[in-house]
Amino acid sequence: MGAGRLYVAVAAGGFRRYATYRAATVAGVFTNTAFGLILVYTYTALWDERPHLGGYDLAQAVTYVWIGQALFKTLANGGGGVETELMERIRTGDVAVDLYRPADLQLWWLATDLGRAGFELLGRGVVPFVFGALFFDMALPADVITWLAFLGSVALAMLVSFAIRYLVALTAFWLMDGTGVIQMAWLVGWFCSGMLLPLNVFPGALGEVVRALPWSSLLQAPADVFLGRADPLGTYAFQAVWAVVLLAAGRMVQAAATRRVVVQGG
Amino acid sequence: MVDAGARWAAEEVPGGRVREGVRAYFLIAGMWIRSTMAYRTSFVLMTVTNFATTALDFVAILLMFSRVDALGGYSLQQVAFLYGVSSTTFGLADMVIGSMERLGRRVRDGTLDTLLVRPAPVLAQMAADQFALRRLGRTGQGALVLTWALLRLDIDWTPLRVLLMPVMLVSGCAIFCAVFIAGAAFQFVAQDAAEVQNAFTYGGTTLLQYPPTVFATELLRGVTYVLPLAFVNWLPATYVLGLPYPLGLPEWAAFLSPLVAAGCVGLAGLAWRAGLRSYRSTGS
Repeated sequence: MGAGRLYVAVAAGGFRRYATYRAATVAGVFTNTAFGLILVYTYTALWDERPHLGGYDLAQAVTYVWIGQALFKTLANGGGGVETELMERIRTGDVAVDLYRPADLQLWWLATDLGRAGFELLGRGVVPFVFGALFFDMALPADVITWLAFLGSVALAMLVSFAIRYLVALTAFWLMDGTGVIQMAWLVGWFCSGMLLPLNVFPGALGEVVRALPWSSLLQAPADVFLGRADPLGTYAFQAVWAVVLLAAGRMVQAAATRRVVVQGG
Repeated sequence: MVDAGARWAAEEVPGGRVREGVRAYFLIAGMWIRSTMAYRTSFVLMTVTNFATTALDFVAILLMFSRVDALGGYSLQQVAFLYGVSSTTFGLADMVIGSMERLGRRVRDGTLDTLLVRPAPVLAQMAADQFALRRLGRTGQGALVLTWALLRLDIDWTPLRVLLMPVMLVSGCAIFCAVFIAGAAFQFVAQDAAEVQNAFTYGGTTLLQYPPTVFATELLRGVTYVLPLAFVNWLPATYVLGLPYPLGLPEWAAFLSPLVAAGCVGLAGLAWRAGLRSYRSTGS
């Protein structure tokens, strides 16, 4: 009970910290909306040329764009969450202080990141989405259940997203300078989550592979639940499996890494 | 005091201020290159990653064309041509002057003051700050796509079209540089809102990678008459490709790029001056 309260407080701290920079939030909303506009027009041209591409109609494709812009910061597909900070703490050795705390390292950072993600969803996600819904023809679900199912899927996506980025951050224990790994993670996350192009448009075997990878739980999974193209329970199961596997992997790497810190000492 | 000293120096040599700026720029950039070359492997890896990261944009276009034969009436080779010019010019501008986008951070943490007391133009110092040669990765990738497009396209080469190619690349780069400078000037006022600039820099290059026929007329008007990004590649490229530009501009408009670029750089320079004059340090 006490521990639960601690992590809630940490999450609330993460939320408030990101909520502090109002001008930056407004700027981010503007940029997401601008990118959304560019994508909407290119997708419109694409779907004009080939209606029902990937099983989406035009309105669904447009909706996909605005879901992507709304979740972009929340899920940090390309990085930009707490992992950069954690890496810096590992590099400088400050992580030793984190390990001293009477709290679990992974849960501590998970709570911080969930707080951050929650703020990004409200602060940066809602406005571009509403903008899209006002100015473009979108496929919005009529029933409340689908909206709730979508939010559930987003919550699971937050877990998977954190689990991936936590693993990325832990590489700093071995590599010290994580710039290269962050870039690689950005590269893969951006492409394989479907930010550039919905994963169901990817051709053939490539499509099969990217749809099975964990990154497809980030954007494609919630979007398909929202658009009523996927069974929520099946999607949840897929996301949950990846979340558990990756979080467990994070635990194992963390255990190996903390042993290493002790060895380094000093 | 420093400014007065620099002005005094400028009076000695005509155009001295510009020359001084360029010299300072090359000195600082050279210093950063030497410092990155201390870690050669890291440099090579970063350049390769930079290349690969930007290449994904083009992979997305290839994936689109695996499903369709044309986008907005443009073939893959024609889109690759637009993409190549947009990426090459933006990549160059980003390498030469892209560090300007860090201005907001420098204002916030007070390190801009360090630049103000040095006897070199602040613009040159900001532009050369943390000069990253690895950004050649983006330019190289753009140039590769452009070369491929030029080899595959059946362009009716006239002397004017041949002439327009280098003109387009140089003016395009200058227009993007102006956007970076104007964005930095804006950060004097906006500080935290630095991200707005990304909509015009990264957003701009993404926009120009796609055919103009894809976008709504209002958006086209905006990037033609207000923020003239269309002059980077859309207008000259449609002339080279022999395609119509959707807004129905006369053919000679394709040759206006250098003038537009000069105007943009001039205005951005004025904005930068105004921004720098209005700067008040947070003090300590």
